[in-house]
Amino acid sequence: MHMADALLSPAVAATMYAASGVTAGISVKIVQKDENMAKLPMMAVTAALVFAGQMINYTIPGTGSSGHLCGGMLLSALLGPQAGFLSMVVILAIQALFFADGGLLALGANCWNMAFYGCFIGYYLIWRPIMRSHAFERKKHAARIRIALASVLGCVLTLQMGAFSVVLETTASGITELPFGMFAGIMQPIHLAIGLIEGLITTAVLLFVYDARPELLMELEEVRTEGKHRCSLRKTIVILAVAAAVTGGCVSLFASENPDGLEWSMFGNSEAGYGENMGLDEESYGIESKSAELSGEIQERTAFLPDYAFSGSDSGAGTSVAGLAGSAIVAGAAVLICTMGGFFRRKKSNCRRAE
Amino acid sequence: MVDQLSRAQDEFRELDEMAAGRSVIHRLHPLCKLIVTIAYIFCVVSFHKYDFSGLAVMLLYPVVLFQAAKIPMHVCFYKLRMVLPLVCAVGLANPFLDHRPVILIGNLVITGGVVSMLTLMLKGCLALMASFLLVATTPIDRLCGALRKVHVPKTLTTLLLLVYRYIGVMLGEASAMVQAYSLRAPGQKGIHVKAWGSFLGQLLLRSADRAQELYSSMLLRGFCGEFFYSEVPACGVGSVLFTGGSMAFFVCARLVNIAQLIGTWVVK
Repeated sequence: MHMADALLSPAVAATMYAASGVTAGISVKIVQKDENMAKLPMMAVTAALVFAGQMINYTIPGTGSSGHLCGGMLLSALLGPQAGFLSMVVILAIQALFFADGGLLALGANCWNMAFYGCFIGYYLIWRPIMRSHAFERKKHAARIRIALASVLGCVLTLQMGAFSVVLETTASGITELPFGMFAGIMQPIHLAIGLIEGLITTAVLLFVYDARPELLMELEEVRTEGKHRCSLRKTIVILAVAAAVTGGCVSLFASENPDGLEWSMFGNSEAGYGENMGLDEESYGIESKSAELSGEIQERTAFLPDYAFSGSDSGAGTSVAGLAGSAIVAGAAVLICTMGGFFRRKKSNCRRAE
Repeated sequence: MVDQLSRAQDEFRELDEMAAGRSVIHRLHPLCKLIVTIAYIFCVVSFHKYDFSGLAVMLLYPVVLFQAAKIPMHVCFYKLRMVLPLVCAVGLANPFLDHRPVILIGNLVITGGVVSMLTLMLKGCLALMASFLLVATTPIDRLCGALRKVHVPKTLTTLLLLVYRYIGVMLGEASAMVQAYSLRAPGQKGIHVKAWGSFLGQLLLRSADRAQELYSSMLLRGFCGEFFYSEVPACGVGSVLFTGGSMAFFVCARLVNIAQLIGTWVVK
């Protein structure tokens, strides 16, 4: 879900920087106030762990594929929302700088999409209420079920929000030509699956921590009163999968508007220019779309030919043959500079070797 | 998976080595480089979606700087090989959605979708090259020192430095665990569902203890909430000239379509 720089317009990028910057500023104030820096090494090590953990693949049972961790929910359950947010910001900054995963200008947007929802929404609206509630109290493994429920719900919902934000930011930037409905229709279901897997991994890790060192988890006030019986991981996962499937069903009910929106934007909305511009009609779409495109192109060619001349024309598009030629010269210059640089480097190293 | 972890470790080390170089660009003030890089990306992203020729001129900045920093261009593209296809994939839908003809060469019509796709790809590559250039010529402690000078909170800079140092350790440890696991589970793809929790959980518990030891040792050496960053040099004349010159170039390139000007001379 890391966004690249090219996906954002400067205005949107600056807005998201401002939003994330304010959140980070408030978080820094709070962390500095209540923890006199003692939390810092713990934050650093946990962040480094999440970074390393993101590179480990987990086999998804029953399928050939594997998933990996994202970390927002895990960090906020272990460190609290503010410290978790700051750790995520640092992880994202390192990924942007050293692994080119997400752009430098898009860092604000990425922090918002991946860290803000996972840490703040996930913590205050999902993790804390569930952990403090008395749900499943009569069950033997109340605390474990609560941890599992909070992790899966948290991951699924916050990832959905993050994915939706990506769609909103891209659309607001006006950079891709993908219609809003189509983009959302692609992003949401994919991130439903990703969120589910991430939720299950987070659950597994948090349950392990709960068994071994419950004091590391936030909002777990009660001392463990459970007996020594343990709910096996497989059983927990089956329960969660059912719960998640139900949640997924609910979410996809909302999402089912998207395909309609897509159809509407592709076929029905000729005032907005889609139906005509794309050269599509409902019969030929998908079967003969190539020929439809070709005919559309021929039509456009005959219709627009007089308006577009060769060099020096005042076409509004701002690009002409002169522009192309100029670009080619610039590219040539770039290649020349590279070759010269390489030549001098080689010459120098040869000299050094000769010495 | 072991490969992936150890490759990440190698890449960290290689970048560290590259950043410790001694070229003209390496010697510039880190803050100036940071500001110029952000201005560059800002400028690149702000070009109009059909303005391919205007954007092409911006290619000169990374190309010249890579040569001045004595870093071959192919290193950058090799490092970015995993990310570049993703960046390029974003605009792939444009040619199918935007059929407005923009350029005519002979009988060949180039539609707006194709031009905007190419522009988007170029924007993505340029932004990536610029940020790669920044980290390949600036060591992380000097970058943190520069951030501290512009009053980024010390919690964030200290955290950035600590996480950066710790990632190497964690990657090494995770890689050892993964190797041990895969040797005992040959032919298995990834970690089995039974070990999902205990695998990362073990690493987490061990590292939590380690964090405590780390903090104790930091305290023993007199840590009082802030690192002291070594040798962030004063902003010299060269750095000021570099910043001024780069900014002037960006503004010129953004306001005047230089490629088109050159092209008009040649074509006429």
